[in-house]
Parts: sequence; structure tokens; C-alpha cells
Amino acid sequence: MPHRLTISALSEKLSRREVSAREVTQACLDRVSSVDGQVKAFLSVDAADALAQADAADRALAEGAGSSRPLLGVPIAIKDVISVQGHPLNCASRILGGYRAPYDATVIERLRAAGAVIFGRLNMDEFAMGSSTENSAFFTTRNPWDPARIPGGSSGGSAAAVAADEAVATLGSDTGGSIRQPAALCGCVGLKPTYGRVSRYGLVAFASSLDQIGPFTKDVRDAARLLTAISGHDRRDSTSVPTPVPDYEKGLLGGDLRGLRLGIAREFMVGGLDPEVKTAVDAAVRQLQGLGAEIVEVSLPHTEYAVAVYYIVATAEASANLARFDGVRYCARVEGADPIQMYERTRGTGFGPEVKRRIILGTYVLSSGYYDAYYLRAQKVRTLIQRDFNAAFEKVDAIVTPTTPTAAFRAGEKTSDPLQMYLSDIYTISCNLAGIPGISLPCGFTSNPKLPIGLQLLGKPFGEESLLRIAHAYEQSTPWHKARPPL
Amino acid sequence: MSDGDFDIHYVARLARLALSPEEERTLGAQLGNILGYIAKLKEVDVTGVEPMAHAVPLVNVTRPDEAGPSLSNEAALQNAPAKAGGLFVVPKIVE
Repeated sequence: MPHRLTISALSEKLSRREVSAREVTQACLDRVSSVDGQVKAFLSVDAADALAQADAADRALAEGAGSSRPLLGVPIAIKDVISVQGHPLNCASRILGGYRAPYDATVIERLRAAGAVIFGRLNMDEFAMGSSTENSAFFTTRNPWDPARIPGGSSGGSAAAVAADEAVATLGSDTGGSIRQPAALCGCVGLKPTYGRVSRYGLVAFASSLDQIGPFTKDVRDAARLLTAISGHDRRDSTSVPTPVPDYEKGLLGGDLRGLRLGIAREFMVGGLDPEVKTAVDAAVRQLQGLGAEIVEVSLPHTEYAVAVYYIVATAEASANLARFDGVRYCARVEGADPIQMYERTRGTGFGPEVKRRIILGTYVLSSGYYDAYYLRAQKVRTLIQRDFNAAFEKVDAIVTPTTPTAAFRAGEKTSDPLQMYLSDIYTISCNLAGIPGISLPCGFTSNPKLPIGLQLLGKPFGEESLLRIAHAYEQSTPWHKARPPL
Repeated sequence: MSDGDFDIHYVARLARLALSPEEERTLGAQLGNILGYIAKLKEVDVTGVEPMAHAVPLVNVTRPDEAGPSLSNEAALQNAPAKAGGLFVVPKIVE
């Protein structure tokens, strides 16, 4: 059952030739065949292409390349918003038609250089807009712990595929929580890097000042390894930052957290927080304290404005970014009497309801007469949110919060009320606005039904090393990451 | 920040988005609700606060102005809905 292994355990077996890259890739493909009818994480899989990569990895392994290529032979599946040359790229939208990516994203180039077997297109909310994958134009992904419930979103396919052992690890993207929220709801590890840590070249842009690509994995060590592989400066992304990339896996120092100070934000532990989630997070805080960390209360007073700021900034940027889907360059076109009518018809037919809602909102907040009242004001409140974090990080090394206010909700429960759906991202959104890194990892389960609960750690800019160290110490002292859904 | 004058028909036109009358009704009502929520930003005192466009500690990022490899014409056009002579074909713009 090599598809059930972590990257680190699988790599050892591959290096020792106890399992081949072809066997583990075939095991993932078989697992997709047997469970994805229920989970629906994958939009498509090119088995022949995956096995050809696996055979190439086996030849490299036979030559002893395993020690220099940390992902050699490891099957990794990709969210349908990241370009993989020659493969479909739809952003789970109808508007891209039969589009195939003409080039590899930088993260894909880096995964290939590290030896990964890139396979499969993972379902998501259309253009990464949503919190449940219910906005996919194709179908809704199901939570592996309970098929009546959503896996979270927008990277719901990425989280569900890891939780269901259909891939050893996956990549997703996070604009307001789209990695951390589904990781929490599916019970895996998800990390959103500092803005600028990972190149966005080849990632279809939703909100350019907020988007980051990051890993979904079965444990924290794997997240560290995958982050090391995909991070670093890229001249093709002018917002990627030339800060050196440490070996994040080497930064995992074991279970002693003495000398570290962790903040509890009082503004995060109120309101619609589910009692079982609160109990699990409180227990996690005591566990971290038991490992030697000092717990300090901090204040992030502008937290209550984060969702409002986000839905102005993100929709404004989206309305500009999605202007390119106009029927001229990207496959789908609905003809019209003139170019304007062609644009309007192509976009009116090709985009789903949530994307339309956000384009309209973003266009409105940028329009003449409203720009100052909405967009400019939101940018100023964004500054205040960042200042809150700067002040908190003068006192603490990381902040501990729930990832989500509740465990996975039922499919259909929030689709008729977009605002309620937006508010489910309340704990993850401010991290993107401030540009800081965040990680979600399992910290328990609700009792009935049994659903995963996520713990979120937020860190200083480029502080991924500390975040991973804290997360690893917690994880290794608890059993949660070993639990698997009843599939 | 009044949303009383939110004209979805006008904004959809700005966004080059054809909406059915039913979509206009549904989206209009939902957006009224969302605008009501985001109006809470009025409460915040932003006097003297600089706006933040992004979180990157970089300004004026440039690279040497040198030609390098890029997508071929063929690859750039491979997804075009209509193409001819190495170009994207669009409806007539000028009479």
C-alpha cells in the first residue's frame, strides 16, 4: 500500500529499491479508480503520462539519484489552477474550454527537478473562488470523512486527495484560506507560504496581491520537504522575493519548544466558534505549553474587518485579472455582432454565478465615484491589519488559532447565502492580507459525526522555519495525523 | 458608502458581462446584502493611514533588458478560438 506512505517514508523505500516509482504511481492510480467515484477529487488523470514519468524516475533511482533529488519517484497531484505543460487547465471553469497549458509553472519545473511524478488535475471552486468546491463548474468534491459534507475550498480536491490517499501529496493555492481551510476540514497538513516565498508564474491569477501556492501533505515533515522544493526567487515573477531558502526539513528540531512564545489572539476565540472546535484548540494550546512554549495573550483588534477588506481587495483584483477571459485567446468564444457583444456573451456564458458575483462586486468597488469609499478605504484598513500582526510578532514567535469556526459543513448548506460562506473564512483571511505564512494541521475530531478539526499557526514574514518546527513538535506528540477516513 | 444607487445593469456593462434578467435580480439582491456587510469599514478611523497594495518588501523590480527565449508563435496560439496567419482572429472592430 505504498500510496498510503508519507513522502519521507516512501523516499526511503524508493532509495532502498523496496518499492518502485511505477508501483507507487500505479497504486495511486488504482486508488483513484477505486475511491474517486465517491470522493470526486480529480477532474482528470493522464495515467500513461504518469507511468512514463515513474519509469524515468525508476531509471534515475537505479543510478542512485535518490539522495540528490528529494522527491524522486513521489506522485504529486496538482490543483487545476497551476499550469502543467500539455495538460488541461480549466480552473474548474467552463470558460477555458479545451485549454491545454503551453508551459510549466515554475513550481512544476521545480517539482520535476526534484524528481516528482506530476499527475492529475484536482477539483476546486471555479477560479479558486469559494470555500466548498461547490462552485466548480463540473462537480462537487466530497469530504472523505463524510460524503454528505464538503471538503472545504477552494483547494478541496487537493485536500481530499491527500486525505483519501489518492496522492502522496498535492499542491493547492491560497488567496484567503484556500489551502488551510480544506486541509483543516479533511484532516491533513496545509501550508500557505509568506507572500513572495513561492513563484506565482504559471498560477492563474485570482487576486495577485494575496495568492500563494503551497503544499498539502500527510504530515509536517512532508510539508517542510515540499516547501523547500518549490520555494525561491524566480525572475519571471517580480513579486517573488530573493530571500534564501533554508532546508525546512532540517529545521525540524524535535519536541522541545522551550524559549518560544506563542500568542493567543482573543479576537479569534469568540463569536461563531463551535464548542467542540474551541475545546480541541484549547487542548492543543495546553499541549504546546506542555512542550515548553510560553503562552501569551495578544490582540489583533482589526480582525473583525478582515472579511470586509478581503471581499473588496480580492474582488477588485479578480475583476481586473479575469478581464483576460474575453473570447479572444483562451478557447471558449461565443460569437457576437461586434467585439463588445462577443466579450459579454463569452463571459456571460462561460463564468459561473460566484465568479460573476465577484467580478461585479470588484468592478463596482473600483468604479468612478466609489473607488475612494471602498477600494482605497479597504487598502488603508489592510495596513491596520498588517500593523496588528507586526505589533503581535514583537511579543510572540507565532500565533495559535482555530483554522475554521466549525468542522466540515453539509453540501448545500451555505450555497444560497454567499455572505455566510464568506464568513466561514474568518480565521484564515487576515493572514493573506498581511502577507504572512500560515499552516493548518490536525488537532482532533468532533465526536458525532467524527470530523477533523484544524489548528492554525500564523508566523512572521519568512518565518516558515519556526512555524514548521512548532507544528512538527505538536504533531509528533499527538495521534491526530495518523487517523484515516473510513473509505 | 451608500449602496442605494447600486445599478447592476450598469456595472455588468462595465464588466463586459451579459446577465439574464433573473441573474440581475439574484445577484443584485445578494450584492446589496454583501455591500451592507462591507459598509462596516466606515467605522474604522483611517486618518493618516497609508493604503497597502501588497505585502512584498520590494520596489521597482526590473531585470536586464535582454531578449531571451519565450513561447513560440505556434505555442502561444495553440489555444486560440480563431487564428490565421500567426495571429488571433477577432470580429471586425473598425467599419
